[in-house]
Amino acid sequence: MTDMDQPSTPGADLPDHPDFLWRNPDPKPSYDVIIVGGGGHGLATAYYLAKNHGITNVAVLEKGWLAGGNMARNTTIIRSNYLWDESSGIYEHSLKLWEGLAEDLDYPILFSQRGVLNLAHTLQDVRDSVRRVNANNLNGIDAEWIDAQGVKELCPIVNISPDVRYPVLGATYQPRAGIAKHDYVAWGYARRASDMGVDLIQDCEVQGIDIVNGRVVGVQTSRGPIRAGKVALCGAGHSSVLADMAGIRVPLQSHPLQALVSEILQPVHPTVVMSNAVHVYVSQAHKGELVMGAGIDSYNGYGQRGSFHIIEDQMSAAVELFPIFARAHVLRTWAGIVDVTPDASPIVGLTEVEDLYLNCGWGTGGFKATPGVGSCFAHTVAHGRPHPYNEPFTLDRFTTGALVDEHGAAAVAH
Amino acid sequence: MQLIPCPWCGPREEVEFHYGGQAHVAYPAAPADLSDREWAEYVFFRDNPKGLFAERWVHSTGCRRWFNAIRDTGTHDFRAVYRPNEPKPVIS
Repeated sequence: MTDMDQPSTPGADLPDHPDFLWRNPDPKPSYDVIIVGGGGHGLATAYYLAKNHGITNVAVLEKGWLAGGNMARNTTIIRSNYLWDESSGIYEHSLKLWEGLAEDLDYPILFSQRGVLNLAHTLQDVRDSVRRVNANNLNGIDAEWIDAQGVKELCPIVNISPDVRYPVLGATYQPRAGIAKHDYVAWGYARRASDMGVDLIQDCEVQGIDIVNGRVVGVQTSRGPIRAGKVALCGAGHSSVLADMAGIRVPLQSHPLQALVSEILQPVHPTVVMSNAVHVYVSQAHKGELVMGAGIDSYNGYGQRGSFHIIEDQMSAAVELFPIFARAHVLRTWAGIVDVTPDASPIVGLTEVEDLYLNCGWGTGGFKATPGVGSCFAHTVAHGRPHPYNEPFTLDRFTTGALVDEHGAAAVAH
Repeated sequence: MQLIPCPWCGPREEVEFHYGGQAHVAYPAAPADLSDREWAEYVFFRDNPKGLFAERWVHSTGCRRWFNAIRDTGTHDFRAVYRPNEPKPVIS
């Protein structure tokens, strides 16, 4: 008689559940700071509030589950090769934090500095790219211009034939750029924030923002009212909905942004390749899937899905650039909701409502900024004034005209 | 593919259309009198609701005419389409 013949309770012999990474508390009646939105930015802000400023009576309110929005949907590209000084400041600050983040969080985030190529396909692309390389170098950011042959050497599967619709004329290259494992980043922040006393409250939708005499005093949620000394909005694609609750008008339009992965393949793609002109950006995840992003769908939408013809355009661009992808199969596609500003730069700072802080407008590029904006936004909330790195990114700039136009460096592929 | 009901041509595939953003945004009546804040409002600020939204579309590869639509931004469902000279329909 073997063990197979013994009746047993299904699951009885399984090991215990591993330790949970964070507590799952009920909301308290009151907090010093409430962060609305439990995505990457909200969790990072909570972590740096606790770590850098000693503020731990903090709640992160998330209407769904932690990091289930854009943090779960982005293509994980991390780089800092933006054109303007203001952008270089905050994105390079972020990249430097990424370089020490696994150690800081004591958690693996699989940050892989495999470099990013931003392809140029037209003479104007080439001129803009060389200008951006020069601007990056002046700001102390690693960047170089490489020709088509150099692109081929870094990423042998790129088709550099001149006989295609959009030939590769060269690329900017940032060697320190790369990718990270998005879920691990969120979990790492959540674990450490929770350890330091931050309450991460899921399934708790903010439905109203209480303002008395021009000062925020709390929020109404699906789990009841919660009082707050300060409220910090990290609502990403839903930032307009949150701002409307506070009577604040923000110059955002929310669009679906689609991405997809292939089936798992052998390592074929050693770096990250982005092309604004043909609307595709590709890397290969640690596990082996090709991860590709598209351009945004043109219309406003909150549905977390987009139109199929966008995927078709993206795939046709990908197959022209990488002919071997023609035989790969799409495993799944999805969309996240991105909040896009008129100048493709974020809005991070104070609002007309006292003690209410706004972090939004990251559009298609919020993931790479997670540590950078988390630390700067925490500083802003803790001190009631912006950190120098987010000082240029005011809501007021749309009135004063001091825009930070990053359409060239951000464009489709932020 | 999603079908969009052009008020002149009837339902056609989405790829025939281009999006035009929020509808009923009038050019300022007295532009010289506008403050910077009012100019910012006209140039940069648009509604961004989750739910019903009155917006412009153009049937680029069809009749090439503009029209307005009321669409649910949560579901992408077109609830009504109407021509520019027609009033905005009331939808509950």
